[in-house]
Amino acid sequence: MNKILVFLEGQANKLKRSSFEAISAARTLATGAGIPFAGIIINGTKEQVKSVGDYGLSDVVNAKHELMETYSSTAAANVLHQVIQSENADVILFAGNAKGLELAPRVAAKLEAGYIGDCVELEFRDGNIIAKKPVYAGKSQITVKVNSDRKVYSLRPNVFTATKVDGTIAITTKDYAPNLSEDDKKAFVTAMMKNEGKMDVLEADIIVSGGRGIKGTENYNLIENLAAAFGGAVGASRAVVDAGWRPHSEQVGQTGKTVSPTLYVACGISGAVQHLAGMSTSKVIVAINKDKDAPIFKVCDYGIVGDLFAVVPKLTEKVKHITGK
Amino acid sequence: MNILVCISRVPDTATRILVGPDGKTIDTQGIKYVISPYDEYGIEEGLRLKEKNGGTVTAVTVGSEGSTDILRTALAMCVDKAVLIKADTHKDSYFVAKNLAEYAKEINPDIIFMGRQSVDYDSLQMPSMVSEFLGIPSVSVVSKLTIADGKATAERDVEGGKEIVEASLPCIISCQKGLNEPRYPKLPDIMKAKSKPIETREAIQTDEKVTVLGMSIPLKQRAGRILGDGDGDIDELVRLLHEEAKII
Repeated sequence: MNKILVFLEGQANKLKRSSFEAISAARTLATGAGIPFAGIIINGTKEQVKSVGDYGLSDVVNAKHELMETYSSTAAANVLHQVIQSENADVILFAGNAKGLELAPRVAAKLEAGYIGDCVELEFRDGNIIAKKPVYAGKSQITVKVNSDRKVYSLRPNVFTATKVDGTIAITTKDYAPNLSEDDKKAFVTAMMKNEGKMDVLEADIIVSGGRGIKGTENYNLIENLAAAFGGAVGASRAVVDAGWRPHSEQVGQTGKTVSPTLYVACGISGAVQHLAGMSTSKVIVAINKDKDAPIFKVCDYGIVGDLFAVVPKLTEKVKHITGK
Repeated sequence: MNILVCISRVPDTATRILVGPDGKTIDTQGIKYVISPYDEYGIEEGLRLKEKNGGTVTAVTVGSEGSTDILRTALAMCVDKAVLIKADTHKDSYFVAKNLAEYAKEINPDIIFMGRQSVDYDSLQMPSMVSEFLGIPSVSVVSKLTIADGKATAERDVEGGKEIVEASLPCIISCQKGLNEPRYPKLPDIMKAKSKPIETREAIQTDEKVTVLGMSIPLKQRAGRILGDGDGDIDELVRLLHEEAKII
């Protein structure tokens, strides 16, 4: 292996947290393999580039092109391909978020490289990178390696720890002018609609989800209030979404979103395998359910056997007391 | 319109997964297989597009002889043609992508639909890979789609909201729940599908880019402290979250 390149993704004037997680993973691999690592950002700002030093990254390639003012997956893949060649990089890491999961396999295909998506562990061992990734919706996990010289990985967000380093690191930025034409923008973003005032389950540190036990959309304020007390996002089980009580964007599970928050609170969710698939890598799981035999209690850290209609409001008050929210 | 839908055969989502005797793949005994749920949105979208604009819908899968069952289901949903790219051993995603791309090159579709992911290896990579091999654009995780004036306008789920993406045709659309409500096959169509032809062709071989070394069932390493619902229990939960887990 020669060099690791990490794709850095900006959000407003910062980098996404998942980019810092990817930097930390790259740093560990680079140390293990005894090879350098660098970041690649497209049209990065000074602030964005500066922030990587805290995480021990000292080299950043800033690929600048006016055609990239609006995002295009096809053009971004082309830019990355050029930078990978010019940097002679052979290990490419992406955060496995909406953009990364779409872009990484495209880059891998361009490089004719092996790709492993949604990794939860990466380790340098015996001259190669050994990855672990959940399969069958997290019901099992595979240990897997890439055979081709060039290797591409995406990392499940919130699983790898973003670790700051001591002291300040001087950052060397290399500006790169990619060769791009309008024809490269075969797909491009024309608009972004934010879920106003709502925190997305994919970005939340804490998620409070409701299941069938909530009985109706009119009771969902209990879930919303608890989520607000934690400063977290509102999630839902499939039953709740299929009943039309909540939008699909909130669905956690096999046919919804896969999340790994620090805290996942399941209220009135029995814990069908399809739901567990979407949240089993959460760091701490709390279950509130009146059925003591519900499968959710087999996968939780802390459980309350009781009626959510009595428990949740009390819990909300007590949590508020501590968080002040 | 010439419409191609790529589908894959996966264990029913309620299946309990056990590791097979080789230690690398699942134990397939007693497993009920289905079309990967997201692929059904792809079939439905293809059919609706055909109903509106005319044309043909072809369903293709890469897999063993056993995969003819999902092709029959696709035929029962009224796709015009079903193709099995036959591969007897399990290969990596690169192999599947190359074979799908090879077939697509031959029939030259105006649009290709796939599920956002197959719910076995869960990598969401096929749309991007195949489209790159074909030199065409793709849009992943699409929950709303309009086709007009030679382009696709797609709404896709991203963190914190939705993105509108415009792509020129031909392109690949990866389908998300919400895009449509897939139809159930009607009994007469299920009967008719049984005798419809399925074109079978041999897969092309590729280098093994990715090797699975082992499979395991994740261990449960959870504290599993179960409390009652008294005020003291709720206090204890808050204390545990505050002092032990240090989350709040």
